[in-house]
Amino acid sequence: MIEEFIEGLEEEFTSNTIIHEFDEVTMVVDKSELESTCLKLRDYFGFEMLIDLCGLDFLTYGESEWDGNASSSGFGRARESHTSENPHPERFAVTYHLLSINKNQRLRLRVYLNEEMPIVSSVSHIWSSANWYEREAFDLFGILFENHPDLRRILTDYGFVGHPLRKDFPMIGEVEMRYDEKLGRVIYEPVSIEPNINVPRIIRK
Amino acid sequence: MAEIRNYTLNFGPQHPAAHGVLRLILEIDGEVVERADPHIGLLHRGTEKLAESKPYNQSIGYMDRLDYVSMMCNEHAYVMAIEKMLGIDAPIRAKYIRVMFDEITRLLNHLMWLGTHGLDVGAMSIFLYCFREREKLIDAYEAVSGSRMHATYYRPGGVYRDLPEAMPQYLKNDIRTDSELTEMNKNRQGSLLDFIEDFANQFPASIDQYDKLLTENRIWKQRLVNIGVVSAKRAKQLGFTGPMLRGSGVAWDLRKNQPYSVYDELEFDIPVGVTGDCYDRYLVRMEEMRQSNKIIQQCVAWLKNNPGPVMSDDHKVSPPKRTDMKGDMESLIHHFKLFTEGYSLPKGEVYSAVEHPKGEFGVYLMSDGANKPYRIHMRAPGFAHLASMDEMARGHMLSDVVSIIGTQDIVFGEIDR
Repeated sequence: MIEEFIEGLEEEFTSNTIIHEFDEVTMVVDKSELESTCLKLRDYFGFEMLIDLCGLDFLTYGESEWDGNASSSGFGRARESHTSENPHPERFAVTYHLLSINKNQRLRLRVYLNEEMPIVSSVSHIWSSANWYEREAFDLFGILFENHPDLRRILTDYGFVGHPLRKDFPMIGEVEMRYDEKLGRVIYEPVSIEPNINVPRIIRK
Repeated sequence: MAEIRNYTLNFGPQHPAAHGVLRLILEIDGEVVERADPHIGLLHRGTEKLAESKPYNQSIGYMDRLDYVSMMCNEHAYVMAIEKMLGIDAPIRAKYIRVMFDEITRLLNHLMWLGTHGLDVGAMSIFLYCFREREKLIDAYEAVSGSRMHATYYRPGGVYRDLPEAMPQYLKNDIRTDSELTEMNKNRQGSLLDFIEDFANQFPASIDQYDKLLTENRIWKQRLVNIGVVSAKRAKQLGFTGPMLRGSGVAWDLRKNQPYSVYDELEFDIPVGVTGDCYDRYLVRMEEMRQSNKIIQQCVAWLKNNPGPVMSDDHKVSPPKRTDMKGDMESLIHHFKLFTEGYSLPKGEVYSAVEHPKGEFGVYLMSDGANKPYRIHMRAPGFAHLASMDEMARGHMLSDVVSIIGTQDIVFGEIDR
């Protein structure tokens, strides 16, 4: 059944890469063709639901932390450092998870976006559920969605600076907040804690 | 003549009907809602970022804290994603235990929802009755995992340990008489399974009790019927799943349509609504509780007759036995590697979804071959439901907003992540 579905996709979208692994189908779509592809998928392939949409950042893909800053002497001893190859052509990507209730079929779409201009057209007019998901991807990754009706931050604090799920954003954050008694208000200061990673990130061959 | 203007009303984040930390900016004309703008993120803890910095097993506990009223279902989606990538399978007994606890979790969630929804709408006593039953189920959680809420019980390759042979009992203290104590411990004489069986036998009577209190209650119907109507087409467009989608008349349940674990071996029905209003969603969830109870009874019967392992014996993923470690070098190495470095997943990405009490809870996991996830994204059903607040509340009265929040079964742990 899944083979038939893939054949159908290949016939319609001849130029797109289709990956079939772990029993799931991923189709890589060029960002200029995203809207037309999504419309076709919704109207001819029956994908009436956008289940999920999320951003991705491939900045440190395949890098291990053998010589990370967690310990000056520990992790690097006795092991060679391995890095796995990064097959992703651009730094950013957006992943769409589609679901067809009639055909009981799932499909994943991926659109790569470059680092300087992470802009992609919004699909919120195709699936209404995209509205908040795109706001979330904008908030956490700084990916811009063209023609989105209301592209505001959604999860982070009012007045937050930066995009926290980008790989160059430190896990401990950049500012911390406290109440200042003299000023009588809440103030933001640079973080005072040190990053601490107990288990390094390891990639074995 | 005074000028007539719309109000902007700030609802929450510290409002008892906001179910946590929802802040709603409502634009109202008299008492009619013109626009609703939910502000979320007040419970954002950065679960996705934290999980990226930890070995796989250390993030199971974070899953409990996502939707903190349906803990084990969240874990289930996460361990299933890891199992899918590793290509391992849990033993059949572990799968039955998981399904049984998934359904116990569904009851926990729906009882919580029913109680608080009732409380929001003005029915006080239903809240107390629901928590009476929840207490027993939470005791089952405690007996199996040692924790009343955040269980961290499921593991890739099975569950942490087998069900206990003896159910913990209440102890004597100054305020309990002996006869009271005997009464309290009456259903705790046997194993955990006996306790759950006893519960499952009595629970239908409790649902009948809620049914009698609410279903034909005039006030309850006045507050719910024809409130927040969503058509089947809009429900799909808005990404609804679970009871929200089924309330609108779409028969879609991952347990039936994309069965995982052992759901294809169990017998249960999927209730579906007709009009897609709050009252239909209430009826769907009530029937779901009856069906969950049926599943629990089937699982208990199976588990009583089929002992066996509950954890995969692939020691790259599951810890070896303590006794083996005393004499076996390889077990010692496995143990050391597992608890210092963890295990690595092959390169690739998976999406695994379960039928969570609120809808489809999915875990999108991407690995670059390391011992930590490269990217993990949790698809929370409540996120899509809350996004439709504006559409559902528009044109309704202010008091209906509370009914709509209740019917959406909002929990901020999963929405804010």
